[in-house]
Amino acid sequence: MSINPKQTIKFSSMHRLQWEEVQQKDVILYPEGMVELNQSSAEILKMCDGTRNLAQIVTDLEQKFATTGLANDITAFLEVALKNGWIQQN
Amino acid sequence: MAGSNKTNMTPPRWLLAELTYSCPLQCPYCSNPIDYAKYQSELDTEDWKRVLTQARKMGAVQLGFSGGEPLTRKDLPELVKHARDLGYYSNLITSGYGLTEEKIIQLKEAGLDHIQVSIQASSQELNDHIAGTASFQHKKEVAHLVKKHGYPMVLCVVIHRENIHQMPQILEMAEELGADYLELANTQYYGWAHANRDLLLPTKEQFEQAEQIAQAFKEKVAGKMKIYYVVPDFYEDRPKACMNGWGTTFLTIAPDGVALPCHSARELPGLDCPNVKEYSVEQIWNESKAFNFFRGFEWMKEPCSSCDEKEKDFGGCRCQAYLLSGDMYAADPVCSKSPNHHVIQEAIDSAKASALADNEKPLIFRNSKNSRLLS
Repeated sequence: MSINPKQTIKFSSMHRLQWEEVQQKDVILYPEGMVELNQSSAEILKMCDGTRNLAQIVTDLEQKFATTGLANDITAFLEVALKNGWIQQN
Repeated sequence: MAGSNKTNMTPPRWLLAELTYSCPLQCPYCSNPIDYAKYQSELDTEDWKRVLTQARKMGAVQLGFSGGEPLTRKDLPELVKHARDLGYYSNLITSGYGLTEEKIIQLKEAGLDHIQVSIQASSQELNDHIAGTASFQHKKEVAHLVKKHGYPMVLCVVIHRENIHQMPQILEMAEELGADYLELANTQYYGWAHANRDLLLPTKEQFEQAEQIAQAFKEKVAGKMKIYYVVPDFYEDRPKACMNGWGTTFLTIAPDGVALPCHSARELPGLDCPNVKEYSVEQIWNESKAFNFFRGFEWMKEPCSSCDEKEKDFGGCRCQAYLLSGDMYAADPVCSKSPNHHVIQEAIDSAKASALADNEKPLIFRNSKNSRLLS
């Protein structure tokens, strides 16, 4: 299973992405578990709203943070996210 | 209340709200205390709302509505809604008994995140025997409805000697029902399971065979179904890191409002567990005697206190140490370094002898009559 570059990416309906005030962190919540996210992972996942594919996510994040060369890191993280079921395509 | 003396205190993350001890099922491994029948009073709706609010403010985020059977509480949808408004990720831990499609929709609208349905076995006959109630067909229907309405579906099967031979069929059933998560919970021997241990504890060979089957299945369904395998600690040589450490992560509130560092802690002597009717969750978590009792490492005895693994398993489970050795400060006897480790082998031998006996005594089912008889 790996990211299809043509399809848009959406955060999983079976998980919840949420800001935790006490921890000052975004977290992913799912049955019996929680993953604490660092800031960059959280920024990537927030882009997964079902309107963008991989290339568009990279472009939008590079624009947002006024930088370049993020493609490899973003792709690697999204592969992990897909494997964990945090995001889906279709 | 005793003063707080521990550094590095962390806030609660998981709140288990045991809404009631009443339950239409009679599972002989129930984790409720043996003497539950004497605790008749239940917190009211406003008490629960206050507790949820206070715990959330401290940082609790995972919430389990449990029991008994939480569906017997008429205010469940109201509590679910309150929890959702506060930002909890909430889980209904249910037998499925009394759960209708209408209720599933109502709870979804109130903001419930997922439903964990327990099934006792893969066959109707054994399920209904273990549950003490005809419930198998309905549970399967509930599992379908949970999926239909878009909840992640968590199927929970408690494993013991009566059903461990059904492992292949249990896995098949989970696949058929479309479970997103399957919790294979080897029985933990507290409460009713402790009383029925001779009849429930499988042999090592049975465990190993079942585990092998479950592991192979786990690989087969990777990416589709997540398997949570709760290990049978009687066949381990190191204890579990119980509750992720006492008073670090988990907070249980019993039906009558007593706050517990773990759901079995009620069985430990002299803790004076505080009640949420008298104290705030913050006072209880930070300052109470009960929650500070086994925090950190100062309470430990040898071999734990000088053990290089103490930060990994915290000396194991306090309730198990008490139940099996009579000393709640002792190392969990599951640990091979424990001077009491022999009691584990004795328990295994005793269960095996019981299985081979001609006239095995019957299971003691969890109901109010037996609760009163035993306490």
